[in-house]
Amino acid sequence: MHQPNDEPRKSIYYCYQVFPPYLPHGAQPRQKVVIVGAGPVGMTLALLLARYRIPSVLIESEVQVSEGSRAIVYTRRSMEILQQAGVARRIAEVGLPWRFGNSYYRGHRVFRMEAPHDEDSRFYPMINLQQQYLEEFLLDEVHRSGLVEVRWGNKLVGLSQRDDGVEARIDTPRGEYTLSTDWLVAADGARSSVRSLMGLSLVGASYTGRFVIADIKIDLDLPTERLAFFDPEWNPGNTVLMHRQPFGIWRIDFRLPEGEEPEEALRFEVLAARIDAHLRMIGYEGKSWELGWCSVYSARALTLEDYVHGNVVFVGDAAHVLPIFGVRGANTGFQDAFDLAWKLAFTLHGWSGRSLLTSYSEERVGAAKEIIEEAGRSTRFMTPPTTGHRTMRDAVLSLSIENGFVGPLFHWRTSRPHVYARSRLNARDDDQALFLEGPVDGAPIPNVKLGLDDFLLDHWDESIHLLVFTEHEALPADVTTLQQRLRARGVPLRLLAISLGRRRVEGADLTLPDPEGRCWRKYGASADGATYLVRPDQHVAARWGNCTAHRIAPALERLVNRLGESA
Amino acid sequence: MNVADLERIYDLLADTIDAVPEDKVRLFLAKFALLAAHALDDARQVTALIENAKADL
Repeated sequence: MHQPNDEPRKSIYYCYQVFPPYLPHGAQPRQKVVIVGAGPVGMTLALLLARYRIPSVLIESEVQVSEGSRAIVYTRRSMEILQQAGVARRIAEVGLPWRFGNSYYRGHRVFRMEAPHDEDSRFYPMINLQQQYLEEFLLDEVHRSGLVEVRWGNKLVGLSQRDDGVEARIDTPRGEYTLSTDWLVAADGARSSVRSLMGLSLVGASYTGRFVIADIKIDLDLPTERLAFFDPEWNPGNTVLMHRQPFGIWRIDFRLPEGEEPEEALRFEVLAARIDAHLRMIGYEGKSWELGWCSVYSARALTLEDYVHGNVVFVGDAAHVLPIFGVRGANTGFQDAFDLAWKLAFTLHGWSGRSLLTSYSEERVGAAKEIIEEAGRSTRFMTPPTTGHRTMRDAVLSLSIENGFVGPLFHWRTSRPHVYARSRLNARDDDQALFLEGPVDGAPIPNVKLGLDDFLLDHWDESIHLLVFTEHEALPADVTTLQQRLRARGVPLRLLAISLGRRRVEGADLTLPDPEGRCWRKYGASADGATYLVRPDQHVAARWGNCTAHRIAPALERLVNRLGESA
Repeated sequence: MNVADLERIYDLLADTIDAVPEDKVRLFLAKFALLAAHALDDARQVTALIENAKADL
């Protein structure tokens, strides 16, 4: 019998709540979606599914939120996704936003990264918050949704696939039970039990470097910026990273000396001596601090080759394990969840066929492979794996004091939204080539400030959206007819008119006035009628110079099946 | 040189250093330096680059 640890975890800043485990009783009705793992990605997926009235059951082997601060940096793209899940505002209230990253070598600041930020950005490029708070906010929203059941203290111990679904064996403090479900989503992290139960293995590279992650409470009068110290005197050849977190906590990461065991590195005396040496180097000698949490992390860049296996779907770290350099862990997982949620919902509602889920796997495996390529560069710079890489890295560090041209070789590039340029969902015969500006097919749409505390993406919902840039008093009749045909089947298609002069365009669900033409310019809408077909996950599926149903319908059919018929 | 090219050169040099016999790395780098100097065809600039490379070792 599974006996989860019900002692509240210790923390110097977070008060853990222990939840009662779910104990099986009575008949277990078949579920539509079972999500294994109530971490940030699993809960986000459940909330995104709830927007389509899809209920889900979250299976969590623990009885409290995550131990330690773990994922502490969320990107703007993640915040846009978390806004759809309903928690972005709370994160923004307590999180620490930032946009600068600094690299230090021999006391010189040799490179400063500036992440772009302009008035069209509702969220900062990065925001820091300990994972426990993010999970707490998501959990509050999960409870509010009324469609998501969290089963704490329930551990997946077996699963078998049938033609039409999955049977999961789940162990609890009261013994095992079986849960049948149409779909099972593995959101159970880097050590995914779903993955191992199914005998699937990750492909890719493991790096030799192991990193210590330590959180300390300390009062440092430094701004919220990322700090990287290369080849510090107290830890020659290695790299030390620092991040500020809310509530007076700092994260310090550094590489373990070659051959040292994690147990030794985490021994308090050893850890404390290194933290003191680092504080001395950055000018805070003797400053008192308190240890919050520490752990050892190995840099790996691995992915499954396919994220859909029968009726089991993988998301987040269960699907791929990515190096933390460049904040690519949780931030990649949120993008998985956003891509999967609408596709799973459309499939469950019968609005689309399974090929939509094939596109999930294609798009996100593609994204993971691109991230692995990029993260590989960052990782090789942080922890050079060979003599050749070490020689080149040291040459760049030595040059960096006087030669700015090597700056980009520090590989500060961070997690960014992926462009699904080759997606099977992109239209093949649209007017993509006519646009000089604006998001390309497969790209996420950019946010635009419309007014005081009012941005384009604030108006987004779970629908497929048609953005029509128009000065006409009404949308074309054949387009509103097309919308009605879809709606008759339950498919959410929303018509958004963006107008320079009109406050209301007939036939549009919502008209967004754009008197200065800022949105028009950003989307390259040079002529009246420019139209974007945008997927629920805010990625462009097609764009045209004019708005006509006979061109929109075939593009929509890539997202939705049986367009011409009633369900 | 654009960033992508610079990255490629960085990786190519790293991989070549690893590929040549360990006791020939200096020889390889010296040969590469002479070839690059010859291609530059500017003795004054090459002299300045040598000074620059010597700094902050």
